[in-house]
Amino acid sequence: MQINVVINGKSRSFETDNNEFLADTLRKHGFLSIRQACNTSCCGLCTVWLDEKPVLSCSLLSVKADGRKITTIEGLSQEAEEFAKLLMAEGSDQCGFCSPGFIMTVLAMKRELQNPTEEEILHYLTGNLCRCTGYMGQLRAVKNYLGVK
Amino acid sequence: MFTMTNLVQPDTVEDAYKILMEKKNNTILGGCAFLRMGSKRIDTGIELSKLNLNQISEDETHIIVGAYTNYRDLETNPLMNKHFCGVIPASVRDIIGVQLRSIVTVGASVFSKYGFSDLIPSLLVLDCEVELFKGGKLKLSEFMDKPYEKDILTRLYLKKSDAKAVYVNLRNSVSDYSILNAAVSKSGSEFIIAVGARPAKAKIAGNASRYLSVSDLSDEAIEKAASLVSEEIGFGSNMRGSEAYRKSLCSALVRKAVKEVLECR
Repeated sequence: MQINVVINGKSRSFETDNNEFLADTLRKHGFLSIRQACNTSCCGLCTVWLDEKPVLSCSLLSVKADGRKITTIEGLSQEAEEFAKLLMAEGSDQCGFCSPGFIMTVLAMKRELQNPTEEEILHYLTGNLCRCTGYMGQLRAVKNYLGVK
Repeated sequence: MFTMTNLVQPDTVEDAYKILMEKKNNTILGGCAFLRMGSKRIDTGIELSKLNLNQISEDETHIIVGAYTNYRDLETNPLMNKHFCGVIPASVRDIIGVQLRSIVTVGASVFSKYGFSDLIPSLLVLDCEVELFKGGKLKLSEFMDKPYEKDILTRLYLKKSDAKAVYVNLRNSVSDYSILNAAVSKSGSEFIIAVGARPAKAKIAGNASRYLSVSDLSDEAIEKAASLVSEEIGFGSNMRGSEAYRKSLCSALVRKAVKEVLECR
């Protein structure tokens, strides 16, 4: 079936299978920043925004995005670059496989939470796993990015 | 991976119900996050996004939760945080991550009576009714005891009251499924205790609730009520915990929840 979406500000139509998930649909159409790892809703690598809210594209049926607004990291390149530089400065960019999903969640958090505490930051980022870094560098980068102590 | 031959997005609940009843393997789709981990064969998947069932609203007597409301909306909704000591947001806030909670729907969890549900115990201890398209309104506790029957869950009705409620659980790690969870509410002198992730579906501990409601709420009475819960609710074993472990854990969780609900303001 055909779905119509606004992706990164542009209207697009995609053909999808009935049991196709959004991550597959988007990757098929060139949005290769979307990574897939667990495919069991655990790792957060496939995070995109649906109507400005972060969702797991590996677990969202493509048809559910019909008529809605999708944002991938390709549509937020300037903000993403700004935060990615902070990640690098803290040495927390190692293999980089989880970075697009992680950055999408951090940028969503910045819009949603005002002056968050460390506990709120950690809770918001629970759904993003990283096998390389141990998270402390990422946490420092996030705090620098949000301007919180 | 599940398979789905057809997929429809009806414009009315009537149409959705008609399609649902046409064939045995026609199925209402919820958030689909759990569905994707199984191998169910669906003839026609019925997706309800166009039915405007993703709203949380209120009238004079009830908070009304549409079945397509996602957990993240439950967690952040001001009404949910204002009433019942915020027990509903507290019960869903540790489920995986923000991104999953933005997908998972209330209706799918409740209608499927998932044993691992963190939400159902909290709903059970409140005055909660489910609205089924065909079956009409009935108390959630009655719905939980009924055998499975095809229908469409459209809304939940939470009666506004002065009830205070608390949700507690134990997990191996913060975003894992609960090994065991429990909720306790207090309205006036009446207590209701429910336990979930047994790992079977959540259940109200009627005897313990009645005992606690007429007790003097001393430490000994709370201890006895917690023991009664362990005795009257059955437990099972799975990869997260054995029957014996859950039984021991249950008393501790219920005792903690009762003490917390007594301090709830």
